[in-house]
Amino acid sequence: MSTVLDRTEKTLKVIGTRPVRPDGVPKVTGLAQYGADFSLPGMLWGKILRSPHAHARIRSINTAKALALPGVKAVITSADLPDQKFDYVGPERVAVNFWHMTRNIMAREKVLYEGHAVAAVAATTSAIAAEALRLIEVDYEVLPHVIDVDEAMKPDAPLLFEDMITRGITPAPTKPSNISKRIEYKMGDVDAGFAAADEIVELNFKTAPVHQGYIEPQACLARADADGQTELWASSQGHFVVRTMTVKLLGMKTGDLRVHPAEIGGAFGGKTVVYVEPVAVALSRKTGHPVKIMMSREDVFKATGPTSGTSSTIKIGVTRDGKIVAAEALFKYQAGAFPGSPVMNGCMCGFAPYDIPNVRTIGYDVVCNRPKATAYRAPGSPMSAYAVESTLDMVAAKIGMDPLQLRLKNTAKPGTQLVYGAKHAHAGFAETLQALQRHPGYTAPLGKNQGRGVASGYWFNGGGESSATVHVNEDGTAVVATGSPDIGGSRASTALMAAEALGIPYEHVRPIIADTNSVGYTQATGGSRVTYATGMAVINACNKVIAEMCARAAKIWKIDAADVIWEEGCARPAGKRLGEFEPLSFKEIASKRTATGGPISAAASLNAEGQAPGFSTQFCDVEVDPETGHVKILRYVAAQDAGRAIHPAYVEGQIQGGVVQGIGWALNEEYIYDQEGHLSNAGFLDYRIPVASDLPMIETILVEVPNPNHPYGVKGVAEANIVPPMAAVANAIYHATGRRMTELPMSPPKVLAALDSGRGG
Amino acid sequence: MAKQHVVTTLNGNSVEFLCDTHQTLLEVLRDELHLTGTKEGCGTGDCGACSITLNGRLVCSCLTLGVEAQGKSVETIEGMSNGENLHVLQRKFLEHAALQCGICTPGVLVAARSLLERNSDPTETEVRFWLAGNLCRCTGYNKIVEAVLDAAKEMRGA
Repeated sequence: MSTVLDRTEKTLKVIGTRPVRPDGVPKVTGLAQYGADFSLPGMLWGKILRSPHAHARIRSINTAKALALPGVKAVITSADLPDQKFDYVGPERVAVNFWHMTRNIMAREKVLYEGHAVAAVAATTSAIAAEALRLIEVDYEVLPHVIDVDEAMKPDAPLLFEDMITRGITPAPTKPSNISKRIEYKMGDVDAGFAAADEIVELNFKTAPVHQGYIEPQACLARADADGQTELWASSQGHFVVRTMTVKLLGMKTGDLRVHPAEIGGAFGGKTVVYVEPVAVALSRKTGHPVKIMMSREDVFKATGPTSGTSSTIKIGVTRDGKIVAAEALFKYQAGAFPGSPVMNGCMCGFAPYDIPNVRTIGYDVVCNRPKATAYRAPGSPMSAYAVESTLDMVAAKIGMDPLQLRLKNTAKPGTQLVYGAKHAHAGFAETLQALQRHPGYTAPLGKNQGRGVASGYWFNGGGESSATVHVNEDGTAVVATGSPDIGGSRASTALMAAEALGIPYEHVRPIIADTNSVGYTQATGGSRVTYATGMAVINACNKVIAEMCARAAKIWKIDAADVIWEEGCARPAGKRLGEFEPLSFKEIASKRTATGGPISAAASLNAEGQAPGFSTQFCDVEVDPETGHVKILRYVAAQDAGRAIHPAYVEGQIQGGVVQGIGWALNEEYIYDQEGHLSNAGFLDYRIPVASDLPMIETILVEVPNPNHPYGVKGVAEANIVPPMAAVANAIYHATGRRMTELPMSPPKVLAALDSGRGG
Repeated sequence: MAKQHVVTTLNGNSVEFLCDTHQTLLEVLRDELHLTGTKEGCGTGDCGACSITLNGRLVCSCLTLGVEAQGKSVETIEGMSNGENLHVLQRKFLEHAALQCGICTPGVLVAARSLLERNSDPTETEVRFWLAGNLCRCTGYNKIVEAVLDAAKEMRGA
């Protein structure tokens, strides 16, 4: 089901092969330990009371009855957590404000969404903890609420924060609103560009909020000792991030909290922030017992990060020969209860695949009464791509040009100026377009009610801070410790890169994810950064080990280290010593460590730059049922530039998984609220993610245009794949029916309504 | 209310446990018997992560009470391999890279084994419909379906 294109001449031994992942066996036998699988003697069960209202002022909370229940050991509210300074910290694109975060962990003045945490208990059993929650009395003053982004922006909308003044507007507005921030990027002369266009297409779009839908609810176990030393076992995308956020939210010293990375049962961005971890630690500190908290699925839907619902307007101007001369976008993203939607990414990514001289993108970050938006796979990019790539499809139709050809004609190349200031540094986009052009399915005939749609997607990909340590064992095996939680097979890619760099068999490398006290600081697994950045830390540490192995060989041979080289997994005498001694293998040198200077290990830490963006282009064939509006995916082909696929099976897996999440976003998934602002579908029965019988095989094409900044050419692969599907499906529906679907999800009632409007009925 | 005494067969072994009448079999397996390979993804029978077999029938253990195990035979993921010898399905899941995060894997494997016990030569469509009750958010199901079909082939000796 997969083809690999543009593979460079192969001098690599293990990279590009498909061995069994190192952490695989415990995952098929049930022995792998995820967040909820840890227990300790004397452990208590923590549970969290959540708001039944979408928006309300908390007049008072009475915990006396709950505390009096036998078996209840502690009850906490926001009064037990230190308040935080109001300050946006970190790079603007991912800034956090702990004043907001502590209020999200535990509501203070107001509850801002149904499911907002209000209080927490620790009790000897789960059943007693649940009973205690029922005994907590909260006096609410219910307030009007607002959820839809366009409604929330209206001047008379209920305000979540009575003093919020929009950032990014000069002069600053005098009246508060739900608009947290305005962003604008522009280059060239957009008005002149549109004036020069032969055809202009302008469309409005809406997308529903969707959840990451990881199968493992958030769960953790905390143990705080009386001296303040605390341990936490948590399922997260970054145990260092959990540590940073938890100590800040609880006023602890960083060195006092040791976070162990549990196996993680899916995340897709949703486990880059904390929800239950600081609560479990606070309860453990208060009770002196270990405390375990598991979220329910309902809690996950109601209180953890879905991504934004959005509203947007796209305008694209093109000359008759297919050159895009101007483009303009307005993006409005729901941030949820606290500022910080990924609208900035939407503004940056939407037109990024293309070389357009005149561009303007404007974005609004808008708070509303639903859970705070959290990262979801290529955060912000899928919604803008849905709008832009749908509009481009109408442009192609209007000028009668093949959609791949239109994109090829306007492809951004290395050096192309992007609207957000950067210049494109890497190729790889055109190659994904060409791969689909060559695919026989692209020109295959279609049947009745069937259509084919094309779309592309862009994602920055990440670099950043990573650490790795390599320990050489006396039998010639090696332990590779990193700080990156493995959410999709990164231990396999880590081991492959280490084996390649050290020149030893893959099976001789044991990759582990070390806890926060056992390896250097490492940012979260996110932004498609691990194989790139953590991979480079691993390679750097391996190179240090090789240098040490050469020095040890020199010691054994009693020659200068400068006269030893490493080739084919062995130290060899070189230069003036060439041929004087038999080569020494990795294993032979490792076995002589005691006599040559002691343990052999090396650590490397870096702040990786030079990552290359991810591009994916995809086409799909759909069949639309004219009676029901049901859309069936008949065929799906996804090409993506991987730089180089370290473990191709897991790269294919990333593409297949991202595409299917995108298909769910396109066709089924949405948060549905009732009149009171309650989520009506907080479960997997009614929030329907794709199941096996919904889908065909997802065909992948791995394009490999190596990234020159990585020793093995790696580019991130986890995210660009979710960017195109919504537009690819929408475009296919358009070509099957002649109806342009401008709202997600394109569920049967909406498709049927669109068909009926076309039929005049 | 006093706890109930339950005698059952678990992965071939006779097991006794005490449980409250409201406790699900999933809670009993995980919290009383410390078999955490069976996962809770939803608690409402919608995701299949807690799939087990009860007297050979595929069920969600989150929708089964602990006391229902009385006198019955319970099979969980922990009983699937024979010591160091993995079941063909387990091996094929590893070879095909049919798992990413792995949280759904125990349930999918139990469900797939249940399918192959009934149908040794399923079509792709039959695999997809049988596994429609097991949610996987990582893989898009491709490699899961391929692994099940390949395991069926090997088990048939084809």
